[in-house]
Parts: sequence; C-alpha cells; structure tokens
Amino acid sequence: MGIEYFLQQLVNGICLGGMYALMSVGYSLVYSIMNFSNFAHGGVIMVGAYVGYFALTALNVPFLPAFLLCGVGSGLLAVIIERLVYSPLRKRHAPSLYFIISAMGASIFLENFVIATIDGTPRNYPPIFDNRINIGGISLGVDSLLMIVVSAVALLILMFIIQKTKVGLAIRACSYSEKASTLMGINGDLVIFIIFLMGGVLAGFAGMLYGMRFIVKPTIGQVTNKSFVAAVFGGLGSLPGAIVGSVLLGIMEIFVASFNSNLRDLFVYGLLILVLVIKPSGLMGKVVEDKA
Amino acid sequence: MFSWYYIEGILIQSCYTLLIVLGLSILTGYTGMFSFGHAGFVCIGAYVSILCTMAFGLPYWLSLIIAGLAAMLLGAGLGKITLNLKGDYFCIATLGVGEAIRLIFNNLQLNINVGGKDFLLDGAKGVASIPLHTTFKSALVIVIIFLTATALLMNSKHGRSMLAVREDELAAQMSGINTFRSKMLAMCMSALYAGIAGGMMAHYFGYLQPKMFLMTKSTEYTIMVIFGGMGSITGSVLGTVLLCALPELLRAVGDWRLVMYGLAVIVIMIVRPKGLMGGKELPVGRICRAIGRVFTKKKKDLPPPDGGSVGEEASV
Repeated sequence: MGIEYFLQQLVNGICLGGMYALMSVGYSLVYSIMNFSNFAHGGVIMVGAYVGYFALTALNVPFLPAFLLCGVGSGLLAVIIERLVYSPLRKRHAPSLYFIISAMGASIFLENFVIATIDGTPRNYPPIFDNRINIGGISLGVDSLLMIVVSAVALLILMFIIQKTKVGLAIRACSYSEKASTLMGINGDLVIFIIFLMGGVLAGFAGMLYGMRFIVKPTIGQVTNKSFVAAVFGGLGSLPGAIVGSVLLGIMEIFVASFNSNLRDLFVYGLLILVLVIKPSGLMGKVVEDKA
Repeated sequence: MFSWYYIEGILIQSCYTLLIVLGLSILTGYTGMFSFGHAGFVCIGAYVSILCTMAFGLPYWLSLIIAGLAAMLLGAGLGKITLNLKGDYFCIATLGVGEAIRLIFNNLQLNINVGGKDFLLDGAKGVASIPLHTTFKSALVIVIIFLTATALLMNSKHGRSMLAVREDELAAQMSGINTFRSKMLAMCMSALYAGIAGGMMAHYFGYLQPKMFLMTKSTEYTIMVIFGGMGSITGSVLGTVLLCALPELLRAVGDWRLVMYGLAVIVIMIVRPKGLMGGKELPVGRICRAIGRVFTKKKKDLPPPDGGSVGEEASV
C-alpha cells in the first residue's frame, strides 16, 4: 500500500464526502430552524437525480442546463413539500415528532411514486465525462473532479449567503430563536421557504452528481441516510459541522471500504450510534437544550 | 384467489404484525418515544428463534420465548445508553441501531454443527427451509395472550407512569415517578413483543433474509401505531388490521399501494394527528363490541376490557 494508493483513496473519499456535504447541509439547514430531521430530503435528492437523467436522455439537453434543471426541480419539490406537508403542522405548533412522521410519509410517497410511475430498475446516466486525467500518479475521473469542484463552489456560495447577506442574517437569527426573530420583524415563513429552497437546490445538484458517478434508482435512500448520519456526526443544525462531518465521513468510509467493502455501511451506522452515545451534539453542534 | 390458505396467510401476518405494533404501542403510544429501528428487534428475534429450532432442535414455543428474551436483552442494553437522549436523538439512535443490526446479519457468516446437523447462516443470502411451525391457531393464541397482558399492564401503576412520562416527563419526575425506569420497562416490553413476533414470522415464511428488516419496515410499524391512534390498544388492533390486511387484499393496485400509504400518513398527520381512535375511543369500542357480538364468541370477549378501560384513561 504505497503513498499513491493512499492519496488515491483520499481523493475518492473527499469526492464522496463532497457529495454527502451537498446532501447533509439540507438536513442541517432544516434542523437548525425547525428542529426536526427532514427525512423527505432523501426523496428530494432522488427526484433530482431522475430530473437529470431524463433531461440528459429524453430531452437531450447538454450537461449544464440539465444540471441547473436538477437544482430547479428539486428546489421546487422541496418548497412544495414544505407548503403541503409541514406548513399545516407548523401552523398548529405540532410537536417535532409529528414532523418526522410526516417526513417519513413524504419519503415513502416519493419513493413509491417514482417506482409506480417510472419503474424500480436502476438506470445509468449516459456517459458525459468519462475521460480521466493523471495528476502525480493519481488517476482522477473528470466526473470526480467535477464533483469536488461543484460541491466546493456550491457550499462556498451557501456559506457566503448565510454569513454575509441580509437573508443569511435572518436565517441565523431564526436558528437561535424563531419566535424572537419573528417578533423582531423577520418573516419566519419566508425564511423557512428560503432554507427549503436552498436545501432543495443543493439536493438536486447532489442527486445529479450521484447519478453521474453511480446509478439512479428509487431506493437511493440508502445513500441519503448516510448523508444524514454525516449531518448528525458533524452536529445537527450546524452548517460547518455538516460539511466537515460529511468530508470526514466520506474519507473514513472509503478507507473502511478499501479494507473490507462489506463493512462500509455497518461502519457508518456504528459511528452514528457511537456519536449519539458519546456526544449527541456532534462535532460542532449547538448544545441541545430540552424545553421540558 | 381467496382460498382459505391465502386468507389464513394474511391472518397470520396480521397476527404477528399486531404483536409488533402492540409492543411499539407501549413504547410510542403510551410512553411517547418513537422508534425507527423496531425491525432490528424483529430481526434479532427471528434469527435467534431459528437458531434455537434449527441448530439446537428446541421446541417452537421455547424458541419464541428465547427469541423474545434475546430481543429484550438487546432492548435493555440499548435503553441503558439511549434513553436519556432527548426527542429526535432517541429516534436517530434507534434508526442507527436498527440498521446496524440488519447490516450485521447481512455480513454474518455462521456455520454451527450440533449433533451432526449443519446449520448455515450465510449473510445476505439468508436462511432457507425453516420448519413452518406458525399456524393461525397458535398465532391467535399468542396474540390474545399479549393483548390481555398489554391491557393489564396499561391499567397497572406502571402503565399509568408511562402515560405520565408521555404527557410531561418533567412533571412526572416531580410527582415521584422514576421516569427512567418507566421508559426502560416500555423499551424492554416492546423489544420482547418484537422478538417473539420475529420468531413467529421466521417460522411462518420458512426463509429469512436480512433485507426483510429494512428501515421502511420499522417506519411501517410506527405508522400503524399512529394510524390507529397513540395510546389506544383497540386503535393499534384496528390500525394493524386495516393497514396490514387491506393492502394485501388490494394487491391489484400493485405499486400504487405504498404511494397511497405514504399519502395516508401525510393526510393523517395534517387532518387527524390523533389517529383513527385518538380522541373518540369509547364509541368506537362500543361499535367493536356490537360487531363482536354479531360475529364470534372470541371477539366478544376480547375488545371490551381494553376498549373500555383505555377510553377512561384517555379521557382523564
């Protein structure tokens, strides 16, 4: 096991981690404001992957418009889910567990809706970037490189919005206390709309990248659940936490897989349990105060 | 199509699913803790029971008891480390444990040789040719025993403590209830039920694969509890029978079955979050009794005690 092999695996890990990061920020954004785990996010990612697939095959659109279409499609879906599923619960101030169950219901719905309308068979994206480049002995597919670059750019833009703009200030305020921020004149509904839109757009990107690299199938939830684990690992509700947690999880998963590929999923869930037992707030999460 | 053999199959499936849902009802409906990893307990129960009957040649009923105890032990261990987690984090922990159990069995290669007989456990390929011990009669007897046990438990001091924990944990603690012990009891009981049901399931299907215990299964069980109404035994029965048997009879709709399932969950959460029986337990209980009188003697005996008593509790 030479240093090249190590570097190769490291790059693969970062690549996977970048994709996880795109997915997990969606979980974290929603958790930071609404305090529940949005399991419907997996369905949104899956639909994004299908939008990309059909844009590329049926509509014959070039890569970039297809990619943007994924973002738009998933963003819209996320917002629609929020309006139809969560908004009525929010108005009633339902406990967060009701939100989780609704989210599970939405995820079952999306998954099986795709199975019923399209079909359950895995599909391959048409090859777009299948050439590889060599950097210092590391063979790197252009799609992997693209994955890293796209994830990094998208996440930087997201961080910029959150940290430097007025919208971001509103989001940060709401994540401290939604009630107090609404009293201060922040439109809570709009903030929630925006976080679902942002999470959804990134989910669409992630879906397309995942589809390009691997396959598209309705039961992609196995992967999105792992990105949720990444969000918990980094600390639910913390954006930097989600990103760091995702990249670390991606790298660790690849190294475990290179040791024994059967153990990768088990490792991920084992890590989840370990994190919850030792430090439920994760690497960078805020301390959970229970409002008893 | 509707031969007795087919209907009997559905009834057996409803029976062991009802057992799981009853257990989950103790944990979720009465104590207010949501589990998204219950399929993991069922999985443990199923594997332990076939290990007992196939490898060690123990009788069926004993294998079920051992399966239940094994799941209970796991539940107790899990409870010890996760019961102090708040809200979402407990759900996430159960989710992780459920998936981890499935993945362990997915990778487990085991070859036990007892008395010249080989017992092979082959990871994702699972186990085949399990003796078919589960009959409708035995399943029904087991379910009735546990229905009664659940009703008795819920009317006891422990059951009321669980309800108090669900309503307000802090207040329950202030009133001198050992909330950790209540939660632990709920956890152990629900794991026990799930383990026994797992054993019944394994000996009904005759084969076992780890992918029978996916997370969606856990979610389905939770949904049945919610659908029937949290904190209501008759609700759990109704929810299970409706959600378990009805889709089975409506196989014709095929893939759309689960689409409607998901949709139903969303609609219930918006329109009637208390579930079918939620607020109005007593009238429905009376209807059950009336229907029971028309049908068999068995049903006549069963619903009144829990139907009536639960209604009183809910109205307190």
